[in-house]
Amino acid sequence: MITIEQDPWEVMVKDAVSAFPDECCGFLFGTEDQEGNRTILRALPVDNSKQGDKTRRFEISALDYLKAEKLAESGEFLLLGIYHSHPSHPAIPSEHDRKAAQPYFSYLILSVFQPEQIGVRSWRLNEAELFEEEKMNFFQLHKQ
Amino acid sequence: MATVIIPTPLRKFTNNSARLEVKSGNIHNSIHELTEHFPELRKHLLDEKGKIRSFLNIFVGNEDIRDLQQEKTTVEENTIISIIPAIAGGANY
Repeated sequence: MITIEQDPWEVMVKDAVSAFPDECCGFLFGTEDQEGNRTILRALPVDNSKQGDKTRRFEISALDYLKAEKLAESGEFLLLGIYHSHPSHPAIPSEHDRKAAQPYFSYLILSVFQPEQIGVRSWRLNEAELFEEEKMNFFQLHKQ
Repeated sequence: MATVIIPTPLRKFTNNSARLEVKSGNIHNSIHELTEHFPELRKHLLDEKGKIRSFLNIFVGNEDIRDLQQEKTTVEENTIISIIPAIAGGANY
């Protein structure tokens, strides 16, 4: 189960809407209990460093990744995952998403069709390196 | 000994250790030393030919080894090596 608190949700929505029609991306920080239930308490937007067309691709620079790890190391929250948007596409991971995905991380995908139509789903790699959807606690969200 | 910083997603393969020590030498030897101690790391760090996977960035200090001597980059005592997974994706099917 993954729970998204209001503040990180609003940060992600703002990022996804302002980046549209490009993809946005960022890091997710929070806590994890002994049963593996995650609570996302902070979202940190970073630049989409993909060269060329950003409407269907995103990339996070190595230096931004290092900063996120350092933030987790020095702070109270764990680095739990990545969010990115799929403008005008559903919140389903592509094969490209899967190939680049890391174990352990939650991959939150926001689908943005219009600013009023935002959906979100969360995915994690299983042992077979295939994405499985994570159950989400929706905070005033409408699943798409 | 040099220090390797393990990224969060791979710590489940290192008994949750975030920092590990390796002998000085070069990056190739350091990464292989890690995979010998933690065999589950191997498929995440190395390809079938034993080369560092293309989806990984290896930094020595703040420099990418691609800008240095790649896997032959020197690892000295007190060198800090960061393993950085490439984070990418997108809706393109």
